[in-house]
Amino acid sequence: MLDSYFPILILAGIAIVLALLLMTLSRILGPYRPNKHKLNPYESGMDPVGEARERYSISFYLVAMEFIVFDLEVVFIYPWAVRYLDLGLGTFISMMVFITILLIGLLYTLKKGTLDWDLKTNKI
Amino acid sequence: MNPAILEIGPLAIPVWAIVLGVGMISYLNSAAILVYAERRIAAFIQNRVGPNRVGPFGLLQPLADVLKLLLKEDVTPTHGYKKLHAIAPMIPVITALLSVAVIPFGAGLYVTDINAAVLYLLAVASLGVYGVTLAGWASNSKYSLLGGLRAAAQMISYELPMGMAVASVILMTGSLSLVDIAESQSMWWNFFVNPLGAVIFIICAFAESNRTPFDLVEAEQELVGGFHTEYSSMKFGMFFLAEYMHVFIGSILITTFFFGSYHLPFADLYIPADMNIWLKGILDVSVFTLKVCFWCFVFIWVRWTIPRFKYNQVMKLGWARLLPLSIINFMVIATIMYFTN
Repeated sequence: MLDSYFPILILAGIAIVLALLLMTLSRILGPYRPNKHKLNPYESGMDPVGEARERYSISFYLVAMEFIVFDLEVVFIYPWAVRYLDLGLGTFISMMVFITILLIGLLYTLKKGTLDWDLKTNKI
Repeated sequence: MNPAILEIGPLAIPVWAIVLGVGMISYLNSAAILVYAERRIAAFIQNRVGPNRVGPFGLLQPLADVLKLLLKEDVTPTHGYKKLHAIAPMIPVITALLSVAVIPFGAGLYVTDINAAVLYLLAVASLGVYGVTLAGWASNSKYSLLGGLRAAAQMISYELPMGMAVASVILMTGSLSLVDIAESQSMWWNFFVNPLGAVIFIICAFAESNRTPFDLVEAEQELVGGFHTEYSSMKFGMFFLAEYMHVFIGSILITTFFFGSYHLPFADLYIPADMNIWLKGILDVSVFTLKVCFWCFVFIWVRWTIPRFKYNQVMKLGWARLLPLSIINFMVIATIMYFTN
């Protein structure tokens, strides 16, 4: 069973070697003459103001949180979707109820405006 | 892995090794060919000439590009995380190459047939987010950080409808193996029975590849270069390579899941079951290649036809339109399938 993963291992090895090769080739072939202004992060030709890693919009965090909930839903659905014809009516109905609850949850968050990126209507 | 063995005289070569080799080479070359194709088609759409100086019809242009990129200076910005900055461009290339392992290119022409191939593909595809996000984070540039954050939010948002669309395919196949999914479409392509799922999957594939109309991640006019603002030389070249490889993989996945993989439409009706094995192999691979080429063309065509969305529109399309639609599509298909079987 596990030996069917063997070609994937080989492939991963080749891919990593290839990526490293490309990186080192440009290091070897290209010139390297750094100076202070060249190494500055790009900020439209001005000297950069402060650090780049500042606070950013909470909407990004909210998207990530919602993603986890619905990604778990998808993970639950996959094994069921493979065998659902053999599992009987009870499993079918409970799965439908599960998906419906999550769908209602999604509609609720949309109604609340958690995923609303429109600046005019955004309430958060 | 694929148990078949090809015997040529005294040599006995396992088929999986041949498919792996040919697949890898075609993956890597696809990027170069697509760059050339994209520039020529873009020129055609915009009524220009396009690259036509290097070699006949400019065919050697990708080679010249790679050479130029290799000879450029490799710069890491100050206060950036040096290691992350170097690792980030490798991730999309590696994950893009990894997906070749489970895709069937013809009847019996696959590297390995694992029973969780769909999960493997989705896992590998979602690893690609890390490359873009880390690149934005490690660069210590404001444009890069914004680009990386946008990429993370956009790519995880469109993964959900994509996963649900694939789940509706699994309902009809009853297997997570791509070989079974391809085989089950010999009569009816999934597109004919599940057109809504196909449309959702295509839109998500476009969004996952981060190209116009979903290229908010780069958005030259607002973010300079987005997550790769601070990348130069082959590090930038690897993001470029990965973008075109993702277009190629997107086309392959659209073909495999919804457009009959290596089957002609309603192939059962007119393709004889006892066809010569070599003839069948050639037919399968050419049909598959033609379909993939068509979808690559559509990717390029859409990029040069449709203008970019605003970010709130992208998020609204993903969360408020595609996700509920794909969940309802899944439920309807599940109900119909359950009560007709």
